[in-house]
Amino acid sequence: MNARRLRVSAIAAAVAATGLLAAAPALVARESSHGSIERGRYLVYAGDCAACHTDERGQLFAGGRPIPTPFGTIYSTNITPDPETGIGNWTSDDFYRAMHEGVAPGDRRLYPAFPYPWYTKLTRADVDDIRAYLSTLPAVKQANKPSELPWPFSMREVMAGWNALYFKQGTFKPNPQKSAEWNLGAYLVEGAGHCGSCHSPKNFAGAPKRDKAFQGGYGEHWYATSLGGDLHDGLGQWSVDDIVRYLKTGANARAAAFGPMAEVVHDSTQHLDADDLHAIAVYLKDLPPHETGTRSASANNGNNVDHDRLARGRGVYVDDCAGCHMDNGEGIPGVFPPLKGNSVVQAQDPETVVHIVLSGEKTAVTRENPTGLAMPAFDWKLDDQAIADLVTYLRNDWGNHGAPVDRDKVASTRSTIVAARTR
Amino acid sequence: MATKLPPVDVVLVGFGWTASILGQELTDAGLQVLALERGSFRDTVPDFATTQIQDELRYAVRNELFEEPERETLTFRNSADQTALPMRHLGSFKPAAGAGGAGVHWNGQNWRFLPTDFMMRSHTEQRYGKRFIPEDMTIQDWGVTYDELEPFYDRFEYLCGISGQAGNLNGAIHDGGNPFEGPRKRAFPLPPLARSYGTVLFDKAAKEAGYKPFPCPAANTSKPYKNIYGVQMGECTYCGFCEWFGCGNYSKSSPQTTIFPVLLEKDNFELRTHMSVTKVLLDSSGKRATGVIYVDPQGREFEQPADLVILTAFAQHNVHLLLLSGIGKPYDPTSGQGVVGRNYAYQITSSVDVFLNEIVNPFMGAGALGQAIDEFNGDNFDHGPQKFVGGGYIALWTTGGRPILQHHLPKDAPKWGSGWKKAMADNYLRTVSIATHGSVMSYRDAYLDLDPTYRDEYGNPLLRLTFDFHDNEHRMSDFLTDKAAGIAKAMKARDIHVKQRKGHYTIVPYQTTHNTGGAIMGTDPRTSVVNSYLQSWDVPNLFVVGSCAFPQNAGYNPTGTVGALAYWAANAIRTQYLKKQGPLVSA
Repeated sequence: MNARRLRVSAIAAAVAATGLLAAAPALVARESSHGSIERGRYLVYAGDCAACHTDERGQLFAGGRPIPTPFGTIYSTNITPDPETGIGNWTSDDFYRAMHEGVAPGDRRLYPAFPYPWYTKLTRADVDDIRAYLSTLPAVKQANKPSELPWPFSMREVMAGWNALYFKQGTFKPNPQKSAEWNLGAYLVEGAGHCGSCHSPKNFAGAPKRDKAFQGGYGEHWYATSLGGDLHDGLGQWSVDDIVRYLKTGANARAAAFGPMAEVVHDSTQHLDADDLHAIAVYLKDLPPHETGTRSASANNGNNVDHDRLARGRGVYVDDCAGCHMDNGEGIPGVFPPLKGNSVVQAQDPETVVHIVLSGEKTAVTRENPTGLAMPAFDWKLDDQAIADLVTYLRNDWGNHGAPVDRDKVASTRSTIVAARTR
Repeated sequence: MATKLPPVDVVLVGFGWTASILGQELTDAGLQVLALERGSFRDTVPDFATTQIQDELRYAVRNELFEEPERETLTFRNSADQTALPMRHLGSFKPAAGAGGAGVHWNGQNWRFLPTDFMMRSHTEQRYGKRFIPEDMTIQDWGVTYDELEPFYDRFEYLCGISGQAGNLNGAIHDGGNPFEGPRKRAFPLPPLARSYGTVLFDKAAKEAGYKPFPCPAANTSKPYKNIYGVQMGECTYCGFCEWFGCGNYSKSSPQTTIFPVLLEKDNFELRTHMSVTKVLLDSSGKRATGVIYVDPQGREFEQPADLVILTAFAQHNVHLLLLSGIGKPYDPTSGQGVVGRNYAYQITSSVDVFLNEIVNPFMGAGALGQAIDEFNGDNFDHGPQKFVGGGYIALWTTGGRPILQHHLPKDAPKWGSGWKKAMADNYLRTVSIATHGSVMSYRDAYLDLDPTYRDEYGNPLLRLTFDFHDNEHRMSDFLTDKAAGIAKAMKARDIHVKQRKGHYTIVPYQTTHNTGGAIMGTDPRTSVVNSYLQSWDVPNLFVVGSCAFPQNAGYNPTGTVGALAYWAANAIRTQYLKKQGPLVSA
């Protein structure tokens, strides 16, 4: 019924139309009998290309979806084989150059909202396979929309400087000290999966801070949590199987995907092969915690937070939250996620937990979990102070740890959400 | 002039429980299915969001989730010598409007009918003789047996995640369950709900009186559940806001919480809301439906062609549409001829309020949290000495303790002022109520037809309901009420208030939305509208699904049987009708 559902049925239809319903091959099975097109289709899932390159209610891969950036809105492009408005006239070299260098035909520099800083790691063979699959799609005639960036960002030449400063071109190089599985995971996470585009902090120019890769970052009004081994706000307490289950079904006993990650699971990771998901998990589990992330889980029980605030926050919790998340913060396993030990709740930046309290969210819809359980919005009911107290409480009970959240933070998130809604 | 739309395989009229089940099953069979719903779309979030839905004034008093009588209603009279008048406020029953239908606002009291209920006439005649049935009582057998329906009861229960305790597993009676129930092939999907203190007291008193009380089967989940379609439900929080409310916790079974997530996702399913179907269209032979006419909110008419038309609206709306479309012979009470509108039935309820010394915390409840006895239901007891047909269950429900409508005061309590306040303070936490839920038989003079005077917003005649309680029902209800009062006294009450159902049926106070009949199923086209697969005798590509198919009403809440019949009809369409379109039973 909603846009996301429409888009996915469109994917299913396109896949059915090309007759490619066979099970997706594992990335490790490169030399298998599966053809280039099939592998390309799989990599398009792994790269979540449809998410950006298809507009709400738009035709599959015809582009036009607005991508908000801190510098202005740009629109994804048509990557169907239409010769005039799509990429039908591109050569294989053109396509590889775009993926590898971020430069389109005519030396037109692409903005890094198109994740070429990650796709550069893909092998030429994989990029050719992606191209082969995209060529099988129905051509859609739909002109690209110009981006809405202010000067100087409107001048694509600016990106040459950006690239010189922040872009490191180069195909993925395996680390011989690590296992083949680890390397496969690294290739998927840092290449097609481009996980770091949301999960890494960015500098003033919007470029990921390489020394803090995967330590959490912003993406479309949400704070994407750290993927490092942090015990409170990362994946430190997750097992490899927890990660696999989350990426395959959208939920595990520790968390449920929502917001942009629900789309990622729905459009991308649920379609990935079990071996590939396992490799991703092995790689992620090897990421180091950020500097304070090794803190033990029991080190803090909110001792540095004003007692009255915690009591007020707990009052809100009992009234409005405990029905689903339960009095002990443990939720209902597999249905309503626990807040105890939840890395989103304890994230360094509370943006996401404040956001979800304000606007509510729907969990990922996957083949295994089709329900799309939703949390209602509380923006109509709780004022900024009440939400600040609530979130401060959530971050400091049940062994959780997180800095207190003040009213101004909630007010600013609220205004961001309202602005996004009315856009 | 209606705009003609592209055809679909199946059109469903109304989008509640039965339409959701048929939509899910027939799209699984590969058909293109369209549902037309007169109300709006609603979903758990945002429409029933917890902490917002628990608004008694908005939902229970001001009837937010129901049909609006100013748009659609019926006229009512007790007997054919009276002039029927329109029901201008919802009273005795409250039909829903909107996606999910009454499946949104029900309590979740989910029963199977007894095996003998399906053989009402033949069984009664066999046990008590033909003359035991009054001449004007038009009860008949259903044309389907309990054993045939058992797999479909099972499917509906596993769709919903019913919480309960089996009393009869494959013929073996199990302690703690209902020993009178028909044999079930397997246990309930979930264990019973946690007990309320009131049900504990009832259980003790009923056992002391020699009865075998059991936890009522509940469509409120006692544990998290994943159903037959992979849809997840949470665990009931006992918030006490089931009936008249949607559930915000994903813990009351409804189309929203059990089917919508998978059905609405399908490419071969479409839902159009705010569309009122006004007529089923027939071809020139009158033996084939070609589609339906519906009207959008701007008054524009559309013709929706379909190969298969399925009426899945509320019971009396299905009957109304048949009458407006000229399908089947309308029932004539004078001659007893005709079938459409025949055998309308209802239920008869009573209660006994029990005022205790102990605190029972009535606000911690769930819609189907109850303990019942079934000794006096159906033909579980010897009717010979009682001289009536039918029966019902006696239950103590702890559905909630809402402030406006769910409090009980002793008879002599003041009606207002400080005396009322004191009585309320003294009694609110210390009151329970025992309910009786009795069957109503069908009679020659209880029926539905088109009103000669009053018309709806589309200019069509309103449906007219002619109905009254008969002596048989009053005697049966008084008998049940007496047994309930006996249990109430055994609960060591400080006071009880026996509320018998007296006199004529009145449409004003709420009683129950368990309206049945009017398009009944059976084996003889002279006495039924649809055959035993709910297929119209007259128009074989038309099915009519719902409690309108009940030939008379039983002593249980109807939803379990409505759900089972929907699965039964869906199965017949999938396994028989799609292979060879035409009548599934030869007349």
